[in-house]
Amino acid sequence: MGSVLTASDLRKGIKLEIDGDPYTVVDFEFSKPGKGQALYRCRLRNMITGTQFDRTYRSVDKFNAADMDEQEMEYLYREGKMFCFMNTSSFEQIEMSEEHVGEAIHFLTENLKVQMLFFSGRPIGITLPNFVELEVTQADPGIKGDTASGATKPVSMATGYVIQVPLFIEQGDVLRLDTRSGAYVERIKTSKS
Amino acid sequence: MTSLAQLAAKKANLQARCRIIQLIRRFFHARDFLEVRTPVRTRAPAPEPYIEAIPSAGWFLAPSPELYMKRLLAAGYQKIFQIAPAFRWNETGRLHHSEFTLLEWYRADADHEALQQDCIELITEISVGLDQFPLISFQGHTLSVAGRWPRITVAEAFERWAGWCPGPDPDQQRFDLDLVTHVEPRLGFPTPGFLTDYPAGQAALARLKPGCPEVAERFELYWAGIELANGFSELTDPREQRRRFQDTLERRRLAGCSVYPLPEAFLDALRHLDRAAGIALGIDRLVAIFTNAYDLDQVVAFPPHRD
Repeated sequence: MGSVLTASDLRKGIKLEIDGDPYTVVDFEFSKPGKGQALYRCRLRNMITGTQFDRTYRSVDKFNAADMDEQEMEYLYREGKMFCFMNTSSFEQIEMSEEHVGEAIHFLTENLKVQMLFFSGRPIGITLPNFVELEVTQADPGIKGDTASGATKPVSMATGYVIQVPLFIEQGDVLRLDTRSGAYVERIKTSKS
Repeated sequence: MTSLAQLAAKKANLQARCRIIQLIRRFFHARDFLEVRTPVRTRAPAPEPYIEAIPSAGWFLAPSPELYMKRLLAAGYQKIFQIAPAFRWNETGRLHHSEFTLLEWYRADADHEALQQDCIELITEISVGLDQFPLISFQGHTLSVAGRWPRITVAEAFERWAGWCPGPDPDQQRFDLDLVTHVEPRLGFPTPGFLTDYPAGQAALARLKPGCPEVAERFELYWAGIELANGFSELTDPREQRRRFQDTLERRRLAGCSVYPLPEAFLDALRHLDRAAGIALGIDRLVAIFTNAYDLDQVVAFPPHRD
């Protein structure tokens, strides 16, 4: 259980526990009409499901801070719908379901170091490095003479992720991708070198 | 911490602030108001249900200079004004600072309607003086000082936008929530407007309306959805005022809030006060509107919550 907070502790980024789920305050406004009482208007986002809702608190309201912890983990392997990670300091292994891995599934390669987020001791999500390097496993040849037009084509990465890239990219190339946008950044290594 | 770069970036706003304060002084001096200064530290702040005074060596930093101003009125001063720092514990937000600047003015032998006329003339003069007459651009809105400034009663506003009528002593929580979410966002576009006739239970120091004791002669001035000023015809009955203070202090005690001593010197002075009216206007918010600032941090050199 996290520490007890009062409404005056509320601000953007504060994490609360509501009905057993962790929520983060994504928008916050203090208001106090005329000679009336202080109201703390919050937009809350469920840190597991991503759903948002608005709630207004009064200064007398109290709630529990969400008990959050973050640990560096190394991705080991996948077994069916479960993903296995190892804590880089304790070497403890933890499995996480596909649902909790979420979009990160597109960028997980063996030995990648990630930050794993825990709520009350249970893993609820991972944060990837901003950039990862992945190999292209399947690419149709580009059409010659069309390289300068800014046109793109889809290619498949080693994780199965399909992404739009410039036409000069070939199978076997290693690309740098931005995990926040999911977009291609640059080519690191060509299949020919 | 407020950095030197942040301070430098506020220069135009601080220049406008300085000009607005000059224009305020010019306005009141031209009308024979006396500028006064009252203590920043006080032994007994006015008991209000939801205003928390900040302790200061056994006394309190004044949440408002009002009780001192009214003692001057009772002593026979007819027209007085003050630009004063005010302090309120735990108020920090886009439009709230725990230390802020209030303009208060008082008129003997006048009522709340005279104050509303003052508001219209003062803000019009400021907009002319700043060369922003009549249109002001504020956060995506085009505001105006010209044209009629509407008046709407609390009962009308709640019936229209919140779907219920508050009556003389509404549930405070429901009232505040609907005021903030449904009523305030509609007030003061494009011209400033007055929200009038507050429920009798929500006016600690205001006179009840003659012939209509369910409401007080209290009003708030709004512009662009922002509360700028709170004014009222003064309650001048010392016994009634003492009873209201005692009620409020008892409510504060039950709620676990700090309980102040009764302001006896003020209550004593009230015996000598006849008809009068007074108003407090938030200078920081007014400057924010005229400088198109998103929040008060942009119009105060050192926001109190940042050091």
